[in-house]
Amino acid sequence: MNGITTACNIKEKDEGLLKGITVSIKDCICVKGVKTTSSSKILDDYIPDFDATIVTKLKNEGATIIGKTGQDEFGFGSFGLNNELNLKNPNNEELVPGGSSAGSAIAAKTLKNHLAIAESTGGSIVNPAAFCGVIGICPTYGRVSRYGLIDYANSLDKIGVMASNLKLAALGLKIISGLDEKDTTSANVKVPNFEELEDFKGTIGIPKEYTQNVDAKIKNLFDKKITELQNKGIKTKEISLPLNAKYSIQTYYIIALSESSTNLSKYSGLRYGPQLDLSLKYNDYFSSVRETFFGKEAKRRIILGTYARMAGYRDAYYIKALKVRTLLIKEYQDALKEVDLIVHPTMPINPPKIADAKKLDPIKIYYMDLFTAGANLAGLPHMSIPLSSTSGIMITANHFDEKTMINLGGKI
Amino acid sequence: MELNKDLVLKIASTARLNLTNEEVEEFLPQLKDVLSAFDLLNEVDTTNISASLHPINITGSLREDEPKKSEVSLNGILEDKYFVGPNLK
Repeated sequence: MNGITTACNIKEKDEGLLKGITVSIKDCICVKGVKTTSSSKILDDYIPDFDATIVTKLKNEGATIIGKTGQDEFGFGSFGLNNELNLKNPNNEELVPGGSSAGSAIAAKTLKNHLAIAESTGGSIVNPAAFCGVIGICPTYGRVSRYGLIDYANSLDKIGVMASNLKLAALGLKIISGLDEKDTTSANVKVPNFEELEDFKGTIGIPKEYTQNVDAKIKNLFDKKITELQNKGIKTKEISLPLNAKYSIQTYYIIALSESSTNLSKYSGLRYGPQLDLSLKYNDYFSSVRETFFGKEAKRRIILGTYARMAGYRDAYYIKALKVRTLLIKEYQDALKEVDLIVHPTMPINPPKIADAKKLDPIKIYYMDLFTAGANLAGLPHMSIPLSSTSGIMITANHFDEKTMINLGGKI
Repeated sequence: MELNKDLVLKIASTARLNLTNEEVEEFLPQLKDVLSAFDLLNEVDTTNISASLHPINITGSLREDEPKKSEVSLNGILEDKYFVGPNLK
């Protein structure tokens, strides 16, 4: 079990920065000629006839693309279980791998010299990276082109990387970054050599709300790591992110569900995916296709997201959440004027058992993103470095300051 | 209006999604739990606060307006230049 659900073997150049490196691509990113489904039945037979921009960039650097990795359907999940792929934690098969980029984390953990391309909307890179014990880097919103990404929520989606080796992850991020004329939200910002690690001598902020209610073993590992960093001359400061701690989950889910419910409207059994009996009446056909091929979580999100955007509710939910988002971004930016980076445990718990996670209500699963939703809402770069084989330390930086973040990662 | 079975079915119909009775029964309490959590945002004063559609300022870099051939082909999708769809009647 290596997280790959559709295998391929594509190498277009013999030379380049990724010569000798195998690369896997999360199943929500288009690879020409390779089945790309976002782990959803509604895209079961979809084979793109074009490459995502990041795939072209990887091919140009001599990468060998070996397959697509499994995920929660369309990215809707925090455990990697929202699919029929039977993904498991490589450290202990009774445990969840985390999500939604579950297959990416499994591949990064189990394959040698491997770069896994992942994607995060609300924590889908750092969550499975922590649970599987690998490095995961999610860049600033706009740093990496989203052209060819099967969207979950357009204002939140970021393509990033995972690996067992920090320099390889950093190199991978450099290769996929940069302005793209095919994505008008991609940013025209210089891309540094992330893999050339430099010393970090700044101040890190530890938000007090994000070290509370943390599993005792993880808290102990985190505290020891902070002491180690202090001994290396890094200054630490307690900070506070009260609004994000209290409101980021609700804000994130209202925006994510609203955007995803509109994005899912394009799946109707016409241009993509399997079809049903075309003799059905017009609306009956679309409604039946969507009933048959969407999973339960996608259906719940369509109902919630449509509700949050409906006349009479739009101001109370969707617009309200967008305004609260402004305050949450400002809170992070104010904190990052006081400190260079923000550091806390990536996940408050170790990965639960698969059998236990399957029994949880949706709202309890949504709260798994408590430590990761804020940075994602604010579009801030963040990464997870292993604290143990199933837990991680999360670093968050200011917009487009991935370099400083990765430098601190080198000291951990 | 509080979320109830009729409203869930109305939303599902708007979103072109058939739900079985079992799904409605299963989803309704779950959806109510989520909406109840969302209501916490009412505590936050957002007077005179603008909405953030994106997390960063999007400058919207556009390429030159020159025609280019699309990479996306419609081979296998079209029949005799047309999409084949369900019955309009």
